[in-house]
Amino acid sequence: MMQSAVYLPHNATTPLRPEAERAVIATLARVGNPSSVHRFGRAARRTIEDAREQVAALVGARAENVTFTSGGTEANALALRGAGRARVVVSAVEHASVLAAVPGAVRVPVDSEGVIDLAALEAALAADSRPALVSLMLANNETGVIQPVARAAEIARRHGAALHCDAVQAAGKIPVDAAELGAHFVTLSAHKLGGPMGVGALVTDGTAPLEALLKGGGQERGLRAGTENVSGIAGFGAAAEAVRADLDCMGRLAAWRDALEARARAAVPSARILGADALRLPNTSCLALPGVAAETQVIALDLAGVAVSAGSACSSGKVGASHVLAAMGLDADIVGSAIRISLGWSSAAADIERFLESWTALAARTAPGGAVSAA
Amino acid sequence: MRANEATAKIENAVRGALKNPRSDGAPVYLDYQATTPTDPRVVETMLPYFNARFGNPHSRSHAYGWRAEDAVEHAREQIASLIKANPKELIFTSGATESNNLALKGVAYFYKDKKNHIITCVTEHKCVLDACRHLEQEGFRVTYLPVGANGLIDLERLKATIDDKTALVSIMAVNNEIGVIQPIREIGRICRERGVFFHTDCAQAVGKIPLDVEDMNIDLMSISGHKIYGPMGIGALYVRRRPRVRLVPLINAGGQERGMRSGTLPLPLCVGLGAACAIAEKEMGAEAERLKAMRDRLYNRLKQRLPEIYLNGDLDHRIPGNLNISFAYVEGEGLMMGLKDLAVSSGSACTSASLEPSYVLRALGVEEELAHTSLRLGLGRFTTEAEVDYAADRIAAEVERLRAMSPLWEMAREGIDIKSIKWAEH
Repeated sequence: MMQSAVYLPHNATTPLRPEAERAVIATLARVGNPSSVHRFGRAARRTIEDAREQVAALVGARAENVTFTSGGTEANALALRGAGRARVVVSAVEHASVLAAVPGAVRVPVDSEGVIDLAALEAALAADSRPALVSLMLANNETGVIQPVARAAEIARRHGAALHCDAVQAAGKIPVDAAELGAHFVTLSAHKLGGPMGVGALVTDGTAPLEALLKGGGQERGLRAGTENVSGIAGFGAAAEAVRADLDCMGRLAAWRDALEARARAAVPSARILGADALRLPNTSCLALPGVAAETQVIALDLAGVAVSAGSACSSGKVGASHVLAAMGLDADIVGSAIRISLGWSSAAADIERFLESWTALAARTAPGGAVSAA
Repeated sequence: MRANEATAKIENAVRGALKNPRSDGAPVYLDYQATTPTDPRVVETMLPYFNARFGNPHSRSHAYGWRAEDAVEHAREQIASLIKANPKELIFTSGATESNNLALKGVAYFYKDKKNHIITCVTEHKCVLDACRHLEQEGFRVTYLPVGANGLIDLERLKATIDDKTALVSIMAVNNEIGVIQPIREIGRICRERGVFFHTDCAQAVGKIPLDVEDMNIDLMSISGHKIYGPMGIGALYVRRRPRVRLVPLINAGGQERGMRSGTLPLPLCVGLGAACAIAEKEMGAEAERLKAMRDRLYNRLKQRLPEIYLNGDLDHRIPGNLNISFAYVEGEGLMMGLKDLAVSSGSACTSASLEPSYVLRALGVEEELAHTSLRLGLGRFTTEAEVDYAADRIAAEVERLRAMSPLWEMAREGIDIKSIKWAEH
């Protein structure tokens, strides 16, 4: 099988940072159940509590308000179902793990840039007086568009609603401060920020009540039963610390991303950048090439050794257009021709060149009219 | 290069952490039922997936994703092979606690319109009992079968308890505290005859005793990674396809794992669980013999030196790597404190911080005072004969020391029946 040498779906999963890899490997070699009282158990417990401090520091929270889970999906499910609110209000562009956890949730529309309509949120909350939970992502996984979470939290508070923020894509890419966001619950995932797969966290503000999804064993102060994934948690902690020290790396990625978009548009005038007028993550670009199906682009790029994705990994390979782009009210030919390029800590300037080379060549071959100018 | 160096380092670290325990002051690890070290061969298999072979197994549009998916499916085959299942019948979870929650709540919720009764057992793992209590609060009827003094359930009683509203029987294969093996094959036959689903928590059984989901008529089976020399944070649930068992998912989104369990699959952990199962399948027979010999050696040495020690749970229907012994006339906390050079536990890890006597031992009819004096001794893949001998000598010496200070022990030696004494109240 041809191995893609250029990896540009960092929003799907990003490689382990060296600091995290070292922490994972060092702890994998150790033995000890954190609930055991002997020395092996106590050492494992200490590893977890150190990591809890590191993860808390990433989002300006208190360590005791961090509950480790098996990942972002479980943390989202824990918040949405454990908050015990009679109804849930979400944005139309939330991750599948939020939308599926509460199928009956009220969906608030977004504008053509993918930003939530705050007036509609207010109206949705005002329409029903039962206690509500608002779930709004900090940054979208497909477009990178950043939501006005703090303002949504203000509105939620006015209506006595709690706010959950899925910060899985934002954490590690932009500064995240749980208190500034005004969120009662914040979801984090390790493998999206250079930590290992199989671990995430739900951070609370310490005031909102929460009921466990998994029971039995009493781990994580009763909020999440099951023997802790010690090496995963250690890696999460190390990644959180590393990413906090390296947020500057995102400045570099933003410059590359902007250059990529400018050159792509210059080379192919019909190309469109989705969500470009909104505040976005520095690493993400959602690029549409009207007339060329996203699948065709992704496969051709893979053959050229460049890995990108069409939509989110969770739904890639499935038939059906992106619910995110559809919610933005974009035409079907835009939605069906959009690919996602997401850079990460291990990206290099050469990756951008390789992508542009392959993508503009593809556009020249396949785009209707072959409208390609010299890049 | 990099991976090989790291492997060598891990191999040394694991072996170093477990061998020659006294040379660097580390305790002898005899708590293999709480958690097992990750086998160095498992770590070696996992390593490339942390860097060179990383990828999201759900990314179907590029080579990274395909290769990740292949690795996950290979791991699924390795797990399936160990329990004689079809790989399609295995769902990855974050561990046995999640598997048990998913099996119990998932089946209960799905069939709730027709059936509302669940049968389990008083000595099940805490997460099974807690999930059952949760279901009771929601209106389900739960029967908690008692166990005999040997720790085993009574099959006639099970038969008599099943009624036309029973949806599920959940009985663990191997108990985590006393290591006894329940009559799984017989339970499976009874459940199949009566048209009731059979779930078994096999966290302590997989890789220790032969399991065959067809032969044993098992419909759902919980599997843990870190109890079988695989990594923490990964487990699996076997869910039968024919006759089909249906579940309401606990974590619902994205549609991974046939819609029964959502979330990005943790690639290196899946690979690690697969590798651990493959090793277990190959080595289980020889390992069981080796552990049984060491277990018997440990038990015999203790019996030779110490009178009035009592084995909790059946000795014959028991996994080879477990002993659970009560040391009469010894104060349990004192015993643990005196044995700091042994990593042992007084019950299950999940309840070890509590000072309550083990509910498992109480269910066997062990008196509270005696239950307080119990130690669980878990032997495993890296246990050596020298460690066993050291542990036997240290336990014996410590018990003798504590008994020498105990007036109760002195009275018992003089033939006074302690229970007949009416203690003055102060």
